[in-house]
Amino acid sequence: MVCPTPLTASLVLSSRFENIEVAERVLRDLCERAGCDEDDLRPLLSALWEALANAIRHGNRRQVDRRVLVEYSVDGNAAVITVHDQGEGFDPEAVPDPTAPENLLRPSGRGIFFMKQLMDRVEFTSPPAGGTCVTMRRRLNATARSTDNEE
Amino acid sequence: MKSEVQDQADIRVIRLSGKITIGAGDVKLRELIRDALESGRTKILLDLAKVSAMDSSGIGEMVAAYTTVRKRDGQLKLLNLSPKINDILQVTQLITVFDVFDDSEEAMASFA
Repeated sequence: MVCPTPLTASLVLSSRFENIEVAERVLRDLCERAGCDEDDLRPLLSALWEALANAIRHGNRRQVDRRVLVEYSVDGNAAVITVHDQGEGFDPEAVPDPTAPENLLRPSGRGIFFMKQLMDRVEFTSPPAGGTCVTMRRRLNATARSTDNEE
Repeated sequence: MKSEVQDQADIRVIRLSGKITIGAGDVKLRELIRDALESGRTKILLDLAKVSAMDSSGIGEMVAAYTTVRKRDGQLKLLNLSPKINDILQVTQLITVFDVFDDSEEAMASFA
């Protein structure tokens, strides 16, 4: 079954790495209700993980009282996930390409690269209220499969 | 993440299982490498057959382990990459950095 109207949810998390699994469970639930299968879900979960790890570690600098807002919208066509931290903000263009030969042995700096590999669109904004907001979108295959089955 | 450590001759074999991700597996991996080096083991083989997931922090920790061991004139090599972990190393170009093996005997012999 493909869900025609978007299923939405939002979560406010304290800055603890173990909360990433809470956010994963919400995404998994929404995706299952929207008719996604594991092939749809896997990249979404990995991208969400990376975005939250960045928000907690680099954005909120592991300060537990700083919050991370996660917003989800999933329907049969696409999943959109927004992660908003309360950090100082950063310039995503300044993050070096981790696949460049001179950066291969750097121990960090691959999170955004992974998010871009996994999702169709990744956009960073700096809202007036502060922090960094990353919006990630990926098209889902659920609709195509459903149409195929009906034919 | 869980680990099983075995010394074979002068090679430390570390078999990892579960997730190597931020806040858990990455820290554990760092400790395992530190323990090996403090024990005088500078030839390290990481068996990743049972690793179910690895995020960018886990990858970063493997890179840190590689450079740490190299600075001690040692060698760190990888054994039994799952298709998923292999894909991650391919896309990050790190497949060009690590020595990777599918066969443990071949991997052990490569340290000679």
